[in-house]
Amino acid sequence: MVTVNLGALFSVTLPETILEIVSLLVLVVDLGLLRRSTQSVRMGWACVLGVLGCGVSAVWLGSHAGVVTSVGGLLAGTPLVAAAQIGIVVLTALVLLLSIKAEFSRNPGEYVAVVLLATAGMMLVTAARDLLIIFVALELLSLSLYVLTGFAKSSALSAEAALKYYLFGGMSAALMLFGFSYMYGLTGTTNLAGIAAALATQGVSPLLVVALVMVAAGLGFKVAAVPFQLWAPDTYQSAPAPVAALIASGSKVASFAVLVALTSGLASGAYSQVASWTVLLLCMAAGSIVLGNLAALVQTSVRRLLAYSAIAHAGYMLLGIAAHTDQSGAAVLYYVLTYALTTVGAFGVIAVVERSTGSDRMDTFAGLSRRNPLLAGTMLIFLLSLAGIPPLVGFWAKFNLFAAVLRAPAAGAWGLALVAIALGASAVSLYYYVQVLKRIYVVPGTSEEPIEVSALELSVLMLIALTVVAFGILPGLLSEWIPLG
Amino acid sequence: MLAYTIYLSFAGALVLAVWPRAWNAAARVFALLVAIAGLAAALFGFVAASGQGTVAVADVAWIPAMGIHYTLAADGISRVLVLLTGLAAVAGILFSWNIGQKDGDRANEFFAFFLALIGGVYGVFLSVDLFLLFVFYEIAIVPKYFLIAIWGSTRREYGAMKLALYSFAGSAMVLIGLLAAYATAGSHTMNLYALAQYPFPVSFQMWAFPLVFTGFAILAGMWPFHTWAPTGHVAAPTAASMLLAGVVMKLGAYGCLRVAMTLFPHGLDPWRFSFLGIDSWRTVFALLAVIGIVYGAAVALVQNDFKFVIGYSSVSHMGFVLLGLLTLTQIGINGAVLQMFSHGIIAGLLFATVGRIVYERTHTRDLSALSKLQLGKAMPFAAWVFVIAGMASMGLPGFSGFIAEVQVIAGAWRAFPLFAVIAGLGIVVGVAYTWRAMQRAFFSDAPTLDANGAAVPIPQYEPITLAEKAAVLLLAGTSLLIGLYPKLLLDAIAPAVEALPHALLTGGRPW
Repeated sequence: MVTVNLGALFSVTLPETILEIVSLLVLVVDLGLLRRSTQSVRMGWACVLGVLGCGVSAVWLGSHAGVVTSVGGLLAGTPLVAAAQIGIVVLTALVLLLSIKAEFSRNPGEYVAVVLLATAGMMLVTAARDLLIIFVALELLSLSLYVLTGFAKSSALSAEAALKYYLFGGMSAALMLFGFSYMYGLTGTTNLAGIAAALATQGVSPLLVVALVMVAAGLGFKVAAVPFQLWAPDTYQSAPAPVAALIASGSKVASFAVLVALTSGLASGAYSQVASWTVLLLCMAAGSIVLGNLAALVQTSVRRLLAYSAIAHAGYMLLGIAAHTDQSGAAVLYYVLTYALTTVGAFGVIAVVERSTGSDRMDTFAGLSRRNPLLAGTMLIFLLSLAGIPPLVGFWAKFNLFAAVLRAPAAGAWGLALVAIALGASAVSLYYYVQVLKRIYVVPGTSEEPIEVSALELSVLMLIALTVVAFGILPGLLSEWIPLG
Repeated sequence: MLAYTIYLSFAGALVLAVWPRAWNAAARVFALLVAIAGLAAALFGFVAASGQGTVAVADVAWIPAMGIHYTLAADGISRVLVLLTGLAAVAGILFSWNIGQKDGDRANEFFAFFLALIGGVYGVFLSVDLFLLFVFYEIAIVPKYFLIAIWGSTRREYGAMKLALYSFAGSAMVLIGLLAAYATAGSHTMNLYALAQYPFPVSFQMWAFPLVFTGFAILAGMWPFHTWAPTGHVAAPTAASMLLAGVVMKLGAYGCLRVAMTLFPHGLDPWRFSFLGIDSWRTVFALLAVIGIVYGAAVALVQNDFKFVIGYSSVSHMGFVLLGLLTLTQIGINGAVLQMFSHGIIAGLLFATVGRIVYERTHTRDLSALSKLQLGKAMPFAAWVFVIAGMASMGLPGFSGFIAEVQVIAGAWRAFPLFAVIAGLGIVVGVAYTWRAMQRAFFSDAPTLDANGAAVPIPQYEPITLAEKAAVLLLAGTSLLIGLYPKLLLDAIAPAVEALPHALLTGGRPW
């Protein structure tokens, strides 16, 4: 029986607790005090409260990182975990700021409350070092996201996307739980460190391979890696824009954090066990890189394009996880955090354009540089960063990740071959990002009418863009939290 | 001082990016001032460092955890190419003086992309840290897409996209090689000179060298990866094609020498076998370079679009640069570097004559249409400029092209006698296509009487502007100056070539 220090437990879970309390508070305020207010006032207050909650949570995390590094082996509180958690709350805060003007929902209180619950789930997943906690937290995250995806009640597409997401998600959660149960059966513990220690004494059994495949299926679904990617394009396209941004950002960070934790646990086991896990990851990585980049080439909807590009990016990151060194784990976290930030920005721009043109087709972006030069400039930065062009952070993240993969002792010829494929594919990816940029800068628009964007949204987008540039020029800014090299 | 070339260009680009639309007409003046300041810095740096070897410019720790430094330094080769970049930038802006006269032509954006490109090019030529070099290299690629796609002409979107994809495919190959070198050396440094000291296993160099060399050579227009060059040049607006041919293709050749050959000199070693007389990567690439020389010239000979003639001639001339590098002799590499400078100037002049002086007035580049316009009489200035540029391009003694190509062929004669002969043939074809284009465009026997016996009037065109005259003077004067007194540049180039890693200059090593 694990003994848990309750004080430490309180300290480590306080940020999540804050978010849950705020989510209840938002409901009370919205349904109680603001009943008679207009829609936009309610949305404004709900989002502001949510952002404040995120802020408090982030401040606590920042000031208490590394004070308690572990709670009975169930939860971890290392600086790396704290960095990922701070990243998640910051991303949620940005998503909330960008949804203040959104009009998809008549229930602002519920919307913000569910977003905060999802965020609490993400943070808990990131810290979890026990199979049961991982599962419970992932379910909290997933169920919240299913609800959010269907939040645009007047849109049939939103409901369809939510149903697809839910059905695939439920299936994959079941598979993962099945895998976890085999792992428990093999080792007699649900603790990751305990599992690693127990596995180190036994060889590879067929049962273990089955368990690993099941777990890979469950987590592969969360990160939208091939062959579990089918839900992603529909969900990205049809969910309300801020929700799509949340799915593409915070949820990705959490899922990759748990993959890193799981893999580094397994990596301390025998070589052959690691190898079978690595092979699984590599197959998913190669498939995701190739399929994501090729399918993105033919998309006409910018959101679907970002969905396929997300699949490709997941592939790059899986390479880093398969390399399973400390550096590559840190590099994956760096990558996913900066990628998530950039994606939130891109979805922010898409949301603005959608609102005034009514569609996310690529052609509606035509002439954006004339209609709103600042908005166009931020999109230029986001897309070039996703394509990995220096001096933006996307390039640096890729460089750091691939350098870590190549330096990993486990990576031999496969490492080089897959990095070569990944770099080749990212040259291909430039084509579809430039297709969007071509609409924005080259193709004249059907109308010259300026696109309205609120000062708040524009300043949030510009802040994200500046951060993307700043991290690109000075990649060492985060090195106190996430070690480089 | 040299570092200011980079900072000035990027600062200028930033200012122009947020330039108020109301001051559209002033954007070009500002851009010109920035470019002139850059040229002044380059010239000052060149003169101040004369007689010295490698001069350190800047060195700051950038990402200590990865051993990456912001290190700039300039040897003679870099200084010459920085000077070329400065000249091309000033001339390019002078030849773009017509952008900014109309309201809708987005002058500030044009010059912002232009200066960003220039800044990236300066950066590549000055970087010693390979990470930094790669960052600048990619920065130089992106603006090209927009310059061509927005302000270009014939099939501009196709040309721009093709160019961008070729460039990025090339840079992906380079990045694989650099990452592999970084991981293999395991020494936590990206410094070029430090990495060049590391004895990479020969088997490693044998695959890394062709990969990185090809990656850079794509941008240098090496056959058969040259196809982006003619379409890109033709689609690009005049200033962009001047930069493309003038400096961007040089980036590729510079990378081949500075990165591929310096880091992996043993990639040039003979294989253990020979296939059809080809026994090393060195022979493979030299063969491709020679094919490029002849093929580019032959294709230029049959083009009907004036700009395609110049575009293919660039492929041919860049073949000389690559051939010179692969001779691995002092004289050959001297010639190659001088050819980079010389071709940068001459190609700029040729593109400006065709794309700006002639096309902007006649609105056609079709040689058979031009031959009916009596341009020799209607535009004597253009005719004279093209004659001068054409003669320089043919390699007539007295111009910079001659001294460069002679050195390349002299070097090639020692290393690959057969290729030297074929490259010499390429020069002959070069005379033919230049002559043909000159004759058809300017000095054809257009009928001076029409069917009724009345004299055909000589068309009237807008007069040549002062900006055009100044730019022509700058470029033609430089080519003539270097042709008459090559020592100016060779004094900087030769010691730098001599100081290249020993392994690089002792080619043809046995196993």
